[in-house]
Amino acid sequence: MNRLVFQNIFRFILLVLLQVVLLNRINFYGYLNPFVYILFILLLPFETPGWLLLLISFVTGLTIDIFSGTPGLHTAATLLAGFTRPTVIKLVGERDEYNASMYPSLQNMGLKWFMTYTFILVFLHHTVLNFLDVFSFAEFFRTLLRIIISTIFTVLFIIMIEYIFVSRKEKR
Amino acid sequence: MRNILAFIVRFHFLLLFIVLEVVALAMLVNSTYFQQSAVLNTGNRITGKFYTSASNITGYLKLRRTNELLSIENAILRQGSDMSFLKSDSNTFWKNDTLYRQQYQYIVARVIHNSVGKRNNYIMLDKGKRFGVEKDMAVITPNGVAGTVVSVSENFAWVMSVLNKHTRISARIRKNDQMGTVVWNGVNPSVGTLNDIPAHVKLSRGDTIVTSGFSNIFPAGLMMGTINDFRVEQGEHFYIIPFTFSVDFNSLDYVYIVRNLMKDEQEELKKTTEAQANE
Repeated sequence: MNRLVFQNIFRFILLVLLQVVLLNRINFYGYLNPFVYILFILLLPFETPGWLLLLISFVTGLTIDIFSGTPGLHTAATLLAGFTRPTVIKLVGERDEYNASMYPSLQNMGLKWFMTYTFILVFLHHTVLNFLDVFSFAEFFRTLLRIIISTIFTVLFIIMIEYIFVSRKEKR
Repeated sequence: MRNILAFIVRFHFLLLFIVLEVVALAMLVNSTYFQQSAVLNTGNRITGKFYTSASNITGYLKLRRTNELLSIENAILRQGSDMSFLKSDSNTFWKNDTLYRQQYQYIVARVIHNSVGKRNNYIMLDKGKRFGVEKDMAVITPNGVAGTVVSVSENFAWVMSVLNKHTRISARIRKNDQMGTVVWNGVNPSVGTLNDIPAHVKLSRGDTIVTSGFSNIFPAGLMMGTINDFRVEQGEHFYIIPFTFSVDFNSLDYVYIVRNLMKDEQEELKKTTEAQANE
């Protein structure tokens, strides 16, 4: 149990640093802002109680907000991702196979499952994030394009990170 | 009572979500214009230190370009100094202090955090209250306008970049003094839009856009950019004018924060006049 907590704190620090130091500085004609820190929420154990999931999402979003100077923006989006996570897990299915310490990683759940799960939550997160940032529907299609491109890149990034971790564990 | 408790226990997940989301949205709404929230000001200190060390490293990579800009500016300033003028008659030149009163002071600062890819971009500078930086001061570069200070902490300042949804800078076209408003539509970090120029005005590509100085924030005549294109939408009476920014927002490094020494006086006058009009 302690190992699980430690592992998650380590992952949190790593992903926040990756987001703030590297990814926040990436921008490609204003359309590409990958937000990979959401992976932290995705990888929390299945058995995380609901209230804890929400609190963790809140803190994660707030941390990113503090570093990007956008109070409330990432908090709201990440919170929604945390809130919908249980539903999405139910939707994507294969409930009976997992146990308490297990978390929904690529390695545990397989590529197809993980990709569907990641795509749904990342898309949701990016949609809320971008529309809250623009705060109007006036530039609807431009915002939509931004959401789609960023979502694709975030999902690719996440799969890439997961593959790196999987191969590292296999080598041991 | 028990029913209420049962209700809370049963729906605690949903209720907690709503409460937290409301907190998040409240933060977002209250900070949209001026990022003054307590979270940010404490956050400023932490992130400021962090970004300072990051920018200390990246600063080296830009040295050549920065030096170039500084020397160009030095040359321009030198041209304006007494030394560069040949005395055309035997009289001595005087700086007449009663005719020229200093209105603007400049504080040099470094950009330690900057973005161009978002819809609302902000810049962080390494000078704060300690150096006399205040809210609503202008931030300019040797090439033109960069933004407006929206919040300051002891050592750092948050600047709303021109690349922001809330940017509205009063500007004019230099050749005919027509006044309009500069906004940014969020697509291209090198292209802004000038609105509110009446459709009867004659324009041509390459015309220069400068600040009007009507806002009490920006000095008049600062370069903003050059006109790319212009069109009038059907049924409208004003041009939409996309123009190229003279500033490359992606490579901001050293900037000047502008203090308007007469701003208080100007605003005081405006306030008293408005108060009188309301009476």
